[in-house]
Amino acid sequence: MSSVNRRDVLAGIAAGAAIITVTPKLALADKAEADSLISKLTGGAKPQDGKVKIKLPQIAENGNTVPFTVTVDHPMTEASYVKAIHVLAEGNPSPGVASFYFTPTGKAEVSMRMRLGKTQDVRAVAVLSDGSAWQVAQEIKVTIGGCGG
Amino acid sequence: MPTPRVKMPSSAAKGEVFEVKTTIDHDMESGQRKDKDGKPIPRKIINKFTVAYNGKQVFWSDWAPAVSANPYCSFFLTATESGTVELKWHDDDGQVYAVSQAITVA
Repeated sequence: MSSVNRRDVLAGIAAGAAIITVTPKLALADKAEADSLISKLTGGAKPQDGKVKIKLPQIAENGNTVPFTVTVDHPMTEASYVKAIHVLAEGNPSPGVASFYFTPTGKAEVSMRMRLGKTQDVRAVAVLSDGSAWQVAQEIKVTIGGCGG
Repeated sequence: MPTPRVKMPSSAAKGEVFEVKTTIDHDMESGQRKDKDGKPIPRKIINKFTVAYNGKQVFWSDWAPAVSANPYCSFFLTATESGTVELKWHDDDGQVYAVSQAITVA
């Protein structure tokens, strides 16, 4: 018996989905879900490309612990500084990884380790004190996923 | 009780930017996993990490289940005055794990 019936297909087309995959366990996030989360986190500001850099391994053999460093090319002064950096993994069960909030101190750089479920784009979005938002996306190949199981 | 570990200089010149490296042992149970009977294992993560310098909040972070076990986080501060940097990890169950680190600024 097929697990995809006609009604599912029609509902999916109605919702504008191009492809319907029926996953038995986890519904994965997608670009649209990441976009809507970004919009919420930036207060509606649409991120422009630039200013933000993310350092990631090209291939993560173990998706359970993938190191990253995000840097924003911007000063940290009272007059103008980076207020927040948000990191999102579009292909995880839920797109949010971490949000970092800054005050005018140190420099706009943060490092951490995250879990990635599969090969996907990782996005970093920075929000400046003037309200503008900047972003970068980078693909990373994941050999063994790190979500659930 | 998880043990936080913090690495930062004990002294710095005024105006110097220094790095704070932190880690804490914690499973960061994502809520996505199932036990051997197929029952979901409930989520239990550190969801918030906050840093104050002489009582003023200077850096904080919200964490999702996608943060790896034994979370590592490093960031930078500017040495403004002698005092303490207080770091707090907030667990889903309401526990707060705190540690303070002294810094002398000359």
